[in-house]
Amino acid sequence: MNSPAPRSLKDVVARGLKRRYRNEQTFRLLGMSALAAGLAFLAFFFYTLIGNGYTAFQQTRFLLDVELDEDTIDPEETRAGEVLARANYLGLVREALGGLFPDVTARGDLRALYALLSPGAALELRERVLADPALIGTTQRIWVLADDDIDMVVKGHIERDLEESDRRITDRQLQWLDSLEAEHRVELRFNRYFFTAGASSDPELAGIWSATVGSFFMLLVTLALSFPLGVATAIYLEEFAPRNRWTDLIEVNINNLAAVPSIVFGLLGLALFINVFGLPRSAPLVGGLVLSLMTLPVIIIASRAALTAVPPSIREAALGVGASKMQMVLHHVLPLAMPGMLTGTIIGMARALGESAPLLMIGMVAFIVDVPSSPLDPASALPVQVFLWADSPERAFVERTSAAIIVLLVFLLLMNATAILLRKRFERRF
Amino acid sequence: MGSSTVLIAIAGLAVLGYFIGRQRAVSSASRVPVRTFHSLPGYYGGYVALWSVLPALLMFALWSAIEPFILRVQVLESLPAELQTLPAEQLGLIYNDIRNLVEGNVVSNTLDEGVRAAAERYAALRDTGRSILIATILVVGIAGLGLAFRRIRPAFRARISVERTIERLLIAASLVAILTTLGIFVSVLFESLRFFQQVSPFEFLFGLNWSPQTAIRADQVGSSGAFGAVPLFTGTLLISGIAMLVAVPVGLMAAIYLAEYAAARVRTYAKPMLEILAGIPTVVYGYFAALTVGPILRRVGEGLGLSVSSESALGAGLVMGIMIIPFVSSLSDDVINAVPQALRDGSYGLGATRSETIRRVILPAALPGIVGAVLLAVSRAIGETMIVVMAAGLAANLTANPFEAVTTVTVQIVTVLVGDQEFDSPRTLVAFALGLVLFIVTLILNIVALRVVRRYREQYE
Repeated sequence: MNSPAPRSLKDVVARGLKRRYRNEQTFRLLGMSALAAGLAFLAFFFYTLIGNGYTAFQQTRFLLDVELDEDTIDPEETRAGEVLARANYLGLVREALGGLFPDVTARGDLRALYALLSPGAALELRERVLADPALIGTTQRIWVLADDDIDMVVKGHIERDLEESDRRITDRQLQWLDSLEAEHRVELRFNRYFFTAGASSDPELAGIWSATVGSFFMLLVTLALSFPLGVATAIYLEEFAPRNRWTDLIEVNINNLAAVPSIVFGLLGLALFINVFGLPRSAPLVGGLVLSLMTLPVIIIASRAALTAVPPSIREAALGVGASKMQMVLHHVLPLAMPGMLTGTIIGMARALGESAPLLMIGMVAFIVDVPSSPLDPASALPVQVFLWADSPERAFVERTSAAIIVLLVFLLLMNATAILLRKRFERRF
Repeated sequence: MGSSTVLIAIAGLAVLGYFIGRQRAVSSASRVPVRTFHSLPGYYGGYVALWSVLPALLMFALWSAIEPFILRVQVLESLPAELQTLPAEQLGLIYNDIRNLVEGNVVSNTLDEGVRAAAERYAALRDTGRSILIATILVVGIAGLGLAFRRIRPAFRARISVERTIERLLIAASLVAILTTLGIFVSVLFESLRFFQQVSPFEFLFGLNWSPQTAIRADQVGSSGAFGAVPLFTGTLLISGIAMLVAVPVGLMAAIYLAEYAAARVRTYAKPMLEILAGIPTVVYGYFAALTVGPILRRVGEGLGLSVSSESALGAGLVMGIMIIPFVSSLSDDVINAVPQALRDGSYGLGATRSETIRRVILPAALPGIVGAVLLAVSRAIGETMIVVMAAGLAANLTANPFEAVTTVTVQIVTVLVGDQEFDSPRTLVAFALGLVLFIVTLILNIVALRVVRRYREQYE
């Protein structure tokens, strides 16, 4: 078939038009779907995170009538702290649980029954008695902590219809749990350990507090070092530095440092701060030093932008009434640029809070039970705790990892919200 | 401990200096006419404060830097003769024991009398050193204060002097950036050189066999250890490649949509939302890759009859790609917006559709900037650590199959250095050689990228 020769340009355009419009639509759709894909991932991400993590804020407890038997706790009625602290509370809690199942007598069965309880149950009872020795001799109705596997069953993370050999809970234990539930002795209550405890190999006793304190000390060191240094550098480069090869070199360096992989900073920390200067491993001080080197470029770049945003008229007015250059900068330009600098600093700190790779290098992956009391004590950090828990095989650590991530993200959100607020509230547009 | 007391003392000296300096200026102003003063009273105070603090701080820094070395030499000399003849590494271990003993930490092995005596000597020396230091700092501080105090006269140009000092301090602060780069380079290079003394650089860069475990006993199987890093390089490239395959199309198209199509309302909400992805800590992505994406991929693979490792390069790469999307999109958004409106108008005026304008006019014009953005993204992907540590494999595997587990440079640095380590074996030092490669590669990528972006930007300004 021979098509007629196009008569005019109009026809040529008209013939291609349909195809071109179709291409236009496809292209537009492609862009839209790319954006949607990014946002969809974000949604999926938060959905799984919250879905996995929200249960960790509660944990299973049993209601038991624990008889605080005087003969077991304090047979000589001394009420001395030492005696009370060493008494066999585990036995008391076990007795209370055993009392509910009088037909369980065989040794192996008893052991399985007692496995329903967390070791923390005895610790809690001890704390209670130490706080109030008058309880001795009475029978208390208390909610004692359950083992993490039981917790997982109650929350439905371990499926009951699995083969018995495939789960960590036996059928027998499930029956006991069911009969306890039938008596309304099982309840999900607020998980205070998660917010107050340090690392623990028992998931039900593990918490993020010591890691949070470690992160706090680290950020403190980072802030104390990187903010003054960063602002000073920005002021020098923006206000005083002559344009020459040296200042160019500094600029290039700052830009490059901003893009050096964080793990390389960790190598620096290990080789320089720990091996040469002999600073202690696992200490927030070293972590803070490494992180401040990483944060420095961020703060410098933000501070320079804030300084450039101050209009020249301010400077000229200050110089015009006889201020020296230093007075102009410190008395007039710096206060106006400060909100922008603080915003940049907070964003830099938020990034430092989420960083974990360099901390692995300098030994902050340690198993830290105690809460550090100074930047020189061994400590962990929040993201590192996430990393450690993510590696742990117990199912209960999965939800705790997600919960720790939620806490971390809440901190980051708060910091970024502060930065945005600061910018909205104080930043002046000239 | 000691250091904080010293610092507080120095700070106290500064406050004292400021007030008496200022006071002297003010009180002498009652005797001579005020207009004869060169500076405001505060500057005289500041002058005295600076003089009482800076020399003392300098002393303190100097002492903190040399104290460990002096202590080490002194303590090791005091050890019994038979210990002193030990090789340097063992001597180092003993020295660590001594320090741990003093600090009350757990000590690695049982100690003999000589070591205990040395520990006592260490503690004694350290305490004497500290006392001498505090005394010296106080003397230097007070001397500085006194000297500066005596110089206060109406004609003295305190402001000039103070401002000059502040400017010097600013210069010193800006040198920290250079010092950091230098510090990274020197420390990593130094340890790498120690590695290359034992393993040839040629074997390291081109060897195909990676198994860094050196044995504890010399006669153990596989005691030699092989340090051919090629499998690590290919693994890194494979994962970064997958990440870029995800990030570049999605990020670029999202940027184009946001810049050219989206309504202002969509833009104000969608852009920050996309940037949330960039603010999520990498350890979170790692957790996600290991616990969510990995199992999903394996199940999908099983459904399709493929064997997908649970630590497949695909999983790590995908998640890494998602992490980089906002990076690519915000940088590309900037360059696309920087293309002058006149180019667009010209294209529309000729009757081109929007997508034709984008593909034929805007993208070619923005290409250098986009290339720069992609290069920066690549350097970020190569250096990314947590995702691959948590979601990629440990075993070096020379393969291009994305369904298999591969390991990367960063994973190996972490595995080698986490935990206890001895700093004389190639097993540990290889981490620094890998770090050096990483540093150099990312540095080159960044320099090239920044140069490309800058040159392009100038073109339209």
